[in-house]
Amino acid sequence: MQPVIITEKLTKRFGNFIAANELTFEVYKGEIFGFLGANGAGKTTAMRMLCGLLTPSSGKATIAGFDVYKQTEKIKQKIGYMSQKFSLYDDLTVSENIRFYAGIYGMSYQQIRDKTKELLEELQLQSEAKTLVRELPLGWKQKLAFSVSIAHDPDIVFLDEPTGGVDPVARRQFWDLIYHAADRGVTIFVTTHYMDEAEYCNRVSIMVDGVIVALDSPSNLKKKYAAANMEDVFYELARKATRKGD
Amino acid sequence: MITLNNIHKTYNKGLVTALKDISFSVKDDELFGLIGPDGAGKTSLFRILTTLLLADKGTATVNGFDVVKDYKQIRNCVGYMPGKFSLYQDLTIEENLNFFASIFGTTLKENYGLVKDIYEQIEPFKDRRAGQLSGGMKQKLGLCCALIHRPDVLFLDEPTTGVDVVSRREFWEMLKKLKKQGITILVSTAYMDEANLCDRIALIQKGQILSVDTPEKIIESFPEQLYGIKSAQSSGIFKLLQDTRSYPGIASCFAFGDSLHATFNNSSAKGLIPYLHSKGSTDASMETIRPTVEDCFIHLLKE
Repeated sequence: MQPVIITEKLTKRFGNFIAANELTFEVYKGEIFGFLGANGAGKTTAMRMLCGLLTPSSGKATIAGFDVYKQTEKIKQKIGYMSQKFSLYDDLTVSENIRFYAGIYGMSYQQIRDKTKELLEELQLQSEAKTLVRELPLGWKQKLAFSVSIAHDPDIVFLDEPTGGVDPVARRQFWDLIYHAADRGVTIFVTTHYMDEAEYCNRVSIMVDGVIVALDSPSNLKKKYAAANMEDVFYELARKATRKGD
Repeated sequence: MITLNNIHKTYNKGLVTALKDISFSVKDDELFGLIGPDGAGKTSLFRILTTLLLADKGTATVNGFDVVKDYKQIRNCVGYMPGKFSLYQDLTIEENLNFFASIFGTTLKENYGLVKDIYEQIEPFKDRRAGQLSGGMKQKLGLCCALIHRPDVLFLDEPTTGVDVVSRREFWEMLKKLKKQGITILVSTAYMDEANLCDRIALIQKGQILSVDTPEKIIESFPEQLYGIKSAQSSGIFKLLQDTRSYPGIASCFAFGDSLHATFNNSSAKGLIPYLHSKGSTDASMETIRPTVEDCFIHLLKE
């Protein structure tokens, strides 16, 4: 198994506050990796370091082979990012959004044209190409946002609570897309508050107060904590947290 | 305590229908859940009931008062916590509380018993500005402000969205305690598992009510036999899902955590396991299971 994310004692301090404390883990190519933790555990800080947006205080990490201190621009070309809070421009049409994001990643007009056609077919959104994104139902918007985030064929895609608020069927269709991308070799790094979704990951890590306290497959974690489901595993570990908040 | 009769609401000069002929009622001291995804119409409904938005058609009452005619009385007897944090970011916790208390002609002390449990958790930070609080603390401050005048009815619009499992459990514990103090609560959520914590629920999608009942009754009304399918093999849940969906007798199949929930056409259920074994999932097993509210929601969406 080929690691695409490698971290060793990766740490971020803000003054006296250690937001992320000596994170050491690997994520493999094509893996669906669930990055779980309570609000305030340090997930966002860790993710920002992995995406090359925040310089670590100490420790090492390479993302798709590039160093998080020196090669942040290279990292950004090799990753995709999608969050529920911000993903697409509401006042651009579906095809304008695709063109905009693909353009940012330096794709040629020919590539963008081909990709747009491919994406619209895959999502069965051909008839909505000229629709403003704001008019799409949330479930479609999120599927489109995910597809756009991997349009430039990144090695890794970071998904920050991608499925918040969508209906149960759309949420499962979204996971179908995730599985297809992983099958093609894209590594999926995902945070979620839906614990049933944690079960869909190959492995999950659970962060409490800046530290990774558990990292294994969902079935091994359930065995280890004698829990019926991932929600109970999470509750058991995260309720000991002393930090409160985001 | 709350009644809605054929409430209808459209936006954009009638182009977008937010609520279609909504009718249901909430009883005194009930913990009532409005369960549905974003865009279902939950916030429009809350805004109509809290007199912040006028319906196109239909009538509604809160605590016996009409939402149009008696809006002033309603505003005095309800507490409303919108989904979006709406307190004053540049006032401290204490200033926000005093501000809302004085608007309602009361003080924090007067109804302290009601908010004590919640307030004590944020009290150490009472000099901090609201804008600098974490999500969990904002949520608690919002709840305190909504309760400060001891309302008869509490409206909570998606209070647990984006909140982790531990804080969500704590929040629902708080709601149970408030209910015991005689406050009627209407709470909305997109988390289907929270439905079980309500006395009664309304399932809502695209502006329409799919069903109103107790969670137990809604589960009992699931019209088909539901099966749970499991396999511990490392090929994972997605292969199992694809294989099961390719089985000719399958009617519906969705992933639910580490298992699949499926219904079958006619009596083809018993053929599935041999079929899955032939596909390589040699340890696949199946049993009849009791549906969850989420199963019911998915089923009602198809109708």
